[in-house]
Amino acid sequence: MKIEPVGMREKKILRVVARLFIPFILLFALYVQFHGDYGPGGGFQAGVIFAAGFVLYGLIFGLPTLQRVVPFIVVEASVAIGLLLYAGVGVATVLLGGAFLDYRVLDAHDATQGLHLGILLVEFGVGLAVAGAMLVIFYAFAGRRSD
Amino acid sequence: MAPIELLLFGFLIAVALLVARLRDLLAAALLLGIFSLLCAGLFVLNDAVDVAFTEAAVGAGVSTILLLGTLSLTRREEKSQPTRWAPLVVVLVTGGALALGILDMPAYGDPTAPIHQHLAPDYIAGTAAEFGIPNVVTAILASYRGFDTLGETAVIVTAAIGILALLASGRRWKGGAP
Repeated sequence: MKIEPVGMREKKILRVVARLFIPFILLFALYVQFHGDYGPGGGFQAGVIFAAGFVLYGLIFGLPTLQRVVPFIVVEASVAIGLLLYAGVGVATVLLGGAFLDYRVLDAHDATQGLHLGILLVEFGVGLAVAGAMLVIFYAFAGRRSD
Repeated sequence: MAPIELLLFGFLIAVALLVARLRDLLAAALLLGIFSLLCAGLFVLNDAVDVAFTEAAVGAGVSTILLLGTLSLTRREEKSQPTRWAPLVVVLVTGGALALGILDMPAYGDPTAPIHQHLAPDYIAGTAAEFGIPNVVTAILASYRGFDTLGETAVIVTAAIGILALLASGRRWKGGAP
């Protein structure tokens, strides 16, 4: 993808509007992530919205600028950490004496609290993995030149 | 069906036909984004807000950008090909068979349909009683169907690895993009 930071920089309206919107997109993603138990949304949606915020940033300000904000290694790692977090919760429940992904054992006193904690953690894992995967794909496409 | 749903379905069919007819790939890519947005609207009307979220963000947002990125690497116009009739026959026969199958389905939005009678009541009752959270979708995804979601996450991670393997083309990068 040919991303021309210099050409885009001259489009003042795009720059100003994007700068205004991106914090709210990221904040909304966090809301969708952590409010998923109570409202619509969850890890998958939040991950995509979070990635979309950074993709918008990359489109307006150019890939090199985006890479200074989110280095590729961070993106790559978050894909793996997300899946490991999800599977790790499963392993943790087994070690605590429950079945795989049986969140009730996560809290020794209150099964409901355990369920909430488990859902929060696995949703966060999904969010990390999805946001990372989306950005990996964007980086891989945007870094290519037609040659 | 409400008039607004009929309107959205009508637009959906019109956009789909337009995408199939267009030679301009840029316009087709943008129309596919609109197609996803219309789908998201339909999902909202069916109270499937979680799915609508995903459709709007992935279908209308990220995948449109990826299609545009792909287009910038190739040509904007589709190569003109002679019209072939065999694929049309196959599509019409398959579509006809699917439409015939739909006739046997329960009515649109029927609460007594078998799919709403099997496990759904347990999930709805269990979410309130066991979890104490209002969003049944989250309870099903993260807990009742936790194994499925773990598998889905693994699929997404595999997709990312596949993209890296295909597009990084053997280059090793240090902190930069492939």
